[in-house]
Amino acid sequence: MVSVKEPPGELGLNKDQLLEVLYKMVLARTVGQRERMLNRMGKTPFAVSGEGHEAAQVGTAYALVPGKDWVFPYYRDMGVALTVGQTARDLMLELLSRAEAISSGGRNMPSHFSDPRLRIVSGSAPVATQVPHAVGTAFAGKLRGLDEVSMTWFGDGGSSTGDVHEGMNFAGVHKLPVVFVCENNQYAISVHVSKQMAVENVSIRAQGYGFPGVTVDGNDVLAVYRAAKEAVDRARRGEGPTFIEAKTYRLVPHTSDDDDRRYRTRDEVEEWSKKDPVVRFQAYLEENGVLDAKTRDEVAKRAAEEVDEATDYAEKAAPPEPESALRHVFAEEEGE
Amino acid sequence: MAERNMVEAVNDAMMEEMRRDDRVIVMGEDVGEGGVFRSTQGLLDEFGADRCIDTPLAESAIVGVAIGASLNGIVPIAEIQFADFIHPAMDQIVNEAARLRYRSNGTWGCPITVRAPYGAGIHGGPYHSQSIEAIYGHVPGLKVVCVATPYDAKGLLKSAVRDPDPVIFLEHKKAYRLYRQELPDEDYTIPIGKAEVKREGTDISLITYGMMLHHSLKAAETVEAEGGISVEVIDLRTISPLDKETVLTSVEKTGKALVVYEDNLTGGFGAEVAAIIAQEAFDSLDGPVTRVASPDVPIAPFAGVLEAYVLPNAEKIAKAIRELAAY
Repeated sequence: MVSVKEPPGELGLNKDQLLEVLYKMVLARTVGQRERMLNRMGKTPFAVSGEGHEAAQVGTAYALVPGKDWVFPYYRDMGVALTVGQTARDLMLELLSRAEAISSGGRNMPSHFSDPRLRIVSGSAPVATQVPHAVGTAFAGKLRGLDEVSMTWFGDGGSSTGDVHEGMNFAGVHKLPVVFVCENNQYAISVHVSKQMAVENVSIRAQGYGFPGVTVDGNDVLAVYRAAKEAVDRARRGEGPTFIEAKTYRLVPHTSDDDDRRYRTRDEVEEWSKKDPVVRFQAYLEENGVLDAKTRDEVAKRAAEEVDEATDYAEKAAPPEPESALRHVFAEEEGE
Repeated sequence: MAERNMVEAVNDAMMEEMRRDDRVIVMGEDVGEGGVFRSTQGLLDEFGADRCIDTPLAESAIVGVAIGASLNGIVPIAEIQFADFIHPAMDQIVNEAARLRYRSNGTWGCPITVRAPYGAGIHGGPYHSQSIEAIYGHVPGLKVVCVATPYDAKGLLKSAVRDPDPVIFLEHKKAYRLYRQELPDEDYTIPIGKAEVKREGTDISLITYGMMLHHSLKAAETVEAEGGISVEVIDLRTISPLDKETVLTSVEKTGKALVVYEDNLTGGFGAEVAAIIAQEAFDSLDGPVTRVASPDVPIAPFAGVLEAYVLPNAEKIAKAIRELAAY
């Protein structure tokens, strides 16, 4: 498993970029916490958070060119959506099912990210069905001679589906510019990864599709970024797909409807919270002279303010018109 | 004017659409060598392997990759080799293609055509004979076309390719080489969602689609010749969206409705047609809305005698016409 030991400059990221990565991670954490809180307050019937996955999500998405490359996240990928350009306001509007929410305007459950301006493609809830779509946009890009890359994310549970196999096989055959990211948090809701797969590292499956697979420490954002950058560069050079497995841990229940005490010991959660990817990256930046206590607090404050503003805005925003539920089954004529 | 059977008409439609618009591609199993029914004959030679793509044998990927490609400036025609093999792709069709526009509040769309030969009567056994239209006709967000004539196949397939939404395009395989028809040389389309009165009549409205159109037309000739019963035969051509107006206008004229479909009786798409007539043309009815369909067994057993026993045909339809006329 790959972790980063060397100084940050080795990865080609300057100080501003490193602090931007930190900000996206802290913002994702703050949004997740706020969403769970608003659910507890009865303001939304459902919330799903990515707390613990920030390094895996931000580290991969940061390797993309926002608005040019194609983004196929799954429902835990707040860090992905925020890194390529969605805002806390976008996510809060969706959480509260407001009419102006770009992802779905209250049609999909929260955390089903979508944004045509950013090429984040709307997803569903059956897991990993977005994988063939990512392969399809990459296929189209290749047919059209474009240098766009598609990236798609799914969990260790999702890795068991036929669509992942079929999608990776298709991508391997056509050597497509697509990056598959498995956020392996060791649990598919309650089912431990040992019942999900008979291999230690699911990235080994890439061999069977004819392209490289790599397993990285998914709580080390720079290790994740390095793997993603290599994969995206490879894809853009026309050398085909890469499979990245980022080993991580979900620090909170699966969703607001889950009680993880039924299947995980508190000791286990406690052990993993010591490896918190946000805290770890902060410590790394401090050790390397990029971050001091003052800047760290400013980052946290800025994220909290953005989420506060987003929450206030979303709470005041209008819900969808009830009769709008009948629209957009099919394309509408101009003026409809 | 060129004489074409239905499979040639399908081939012509794809050829002409690919010439018209270089975003159009064809992808599926064995499409490169022309396909098991020869419907993709010549496409590889003219358009190359980038636009006529032999895929791995994986239906979910065929549809799922087509969906993705359609988001990025490609207009895919995805072929499922037999409709019976479409079930592994059902999740991609129902949960993804059909719902993408709705769930994104109209901001994403999915202009794909999924072609599949369907239907029985060719000794295909239980896995080369199925009628699947009712499954997809039930799903909002999908358009479902069922063609049985060369002219309709060509005009409707062109409309499907040009449509901004996903279209399930079902070609009755027994109608592929049934007969030839003169087709116009110039480009033409037939709107999705329009039924056609294929035979005018005054006593009974017979509503059908697919191969049952041909059996129904034959039955209508028989009963007219033997006893002067005048049957109006309506070919739905598209089951979703359904052309209720053409159906109801006819039933209001004749007062009697016979719905004929090849699928299993229970829950087949004709059941929906019958329900609409019962509810919306009740005041015009002068007899029970009647259905002729296959019994509720898997369609169709392989042996000729078993298959013939199960499927509706001109004789069974004629019998139902006589009974309804006498009511």
